[in-house]
Amino acid sequence: MWNWDYAFSILPQILAALKITVSATFFGFLLALLLGLILSILIRADIKAVSLAVKGIVQFIRNTPLLVQLYFIFYVFPQFGITFKPFTAGILGLGIHYSTYLSEVFRSGIEAVPAGQWEVVKALNFSQPQAWTKIILPQVIPPIIPVIGNYLITMFKETPLLSAITLVEILQTAKIIGAGSFRYLEGFTIVGVVFFLLSYSSSQLIKKLEVRLGKSN
Amino acid sequence: MTPIVSYKNITKAYGELEVLKEIDFDIYPGEKVALIGPSGSGKTTLARLLMTLEEPNSGTIEVEGKGLWHEEINGKLVKANGKHLREMRKSIGMVFQHFYLFPHMTVLKNVMEAPVTVLGLSKKKARLQAEEMLEKVGLGDKLDVYPAQLSGGQKQRVAIARALVMKPNIMLFDEPTSALDPELVGEVLEVIKEIALESDMTMLLITHEMDFAKEIADRVAFFNEGTIAEQGTPEEIFNHPKTPRLQTFLSRFNP
Repeated sequence: MWNWDYAFSILPQILAALKITVSATFFGFLLALLLGLILSILIRADIKAVSLAVKGIVQFIRNTPLLVQLYFIFYVFPQFGITFKPFTAGILGLGIHYSTYLSEVFRSGIEAVPAGQWEVVKALNFSQPQAWTKIILPQVIPPIIPVIGNYLITMFKETPLLSAITLVEILQTAKIIGAGSFRYLEGFTIVGVVFFLLSYSSSQLIKKLEVRLGKSN
Repeated sequence: MTPIVSYKNITKAYGELEVLKEIDFDIYPGEKVALIGPSGSGKTTLARLLMTLEEPNSGTIEVEGKGLWHEEINGKLVKANGKHLREMRKSIGMVFQHFYLFPHMTVLKNVMEAPVTVLGLSKKKARLQAEEMLEKVGLGDKLDVYPAQLSGGQKQRVAIARALVMKPNIMLFDEPTSALDPELVGEVLEVIKEIALESDMTMLLITHEMDFAKEIADRVAFFNEGTIAEQGTPEEIFNHPKTPRLQTFLSRFNP
């Protein structure tokens, strides 16, 4: 059944496609982090209308499938004159979808900062941006790193969805190879192993980071 | 002399509960005023209004001749915006009951951060200043320690140094020793006393330490149920209390 020679012959092609998978994860997650933080801050806004509107949007995105959102961005938006390349559409879809989960993580992290910290930054006359960057976020982020790390790994494992909007990432590459040679076992196995190795080593790295941050606090 | 802080007809309520009722209260430059009274009598709220942590329901507060929560624009009183509040806060500093040190920063960084970020001081200058101030509160050997490794008394002394490096004209101490173990109260009071005696800063001190209030205050105000029930020199308040309410209150401290 399993043919090592064949497996090694297709390995470079699959690993080349890994670049797409990893960079989509990287940029998608970066977008999710930024957008998630912005959403969590907007939800805290004093203006009720803003807070409610953002909450509504977050709930809507969280409770609809990522695949539907990807289809919308890639197939529906062009009908309104907004066209994205598959890679860009994929990053947008992943980033927006995961930002709603991360906004929840940031929210819980922000709420865990004692109210007194906000009072003392006011008493010391920090501006809002200064308070966020120097005092609040440095206290918010270390405790939520494990959860953020889990979302990173979950998102990484969801990237094969991007093949649905014609992005040739690692799974799609294996499928194309399989379709050409009628051998699927090696290609799909390699994809599974690659996902496992990257996910597992990342989770170990996050654990180490967690221990280190725990020590410094 | 014109007051540095002037509360005029201030009322503050939380829902139905009025914690301050039509308060008129002046504080003069350089004066050390102690606020005493039972818990919930409105002392802390008076300080929090001045620090702009809470807004009065009615009345005005003037600091150094300018409206705190209101500003005059073309002869009309309008609600202060964030910019005005930040300008006003430059004159005021506060020390809290529960210290609120920044847990992610060393002692030195705790004291340096605001001068660098808020006042725009160079790191070098802020560091020198912070070291000097920490030396003064007796923590010159704790610069690189994190707050979690300090005792309550040490934490409060860091918090005092952190507020002082901002060089406020008016310092508010909100029950600075109430959260401390009894054996740690002395070291904090000692530091506050030293500051009170050597600086011309205006100080508002909310405390349950009656001997301490007697020692450092120029004037003592007794709060009861949202009003100032009695005020005067420490001699008048502690040795010749007039109102029965104050007499009862003090008797609990000197049985």
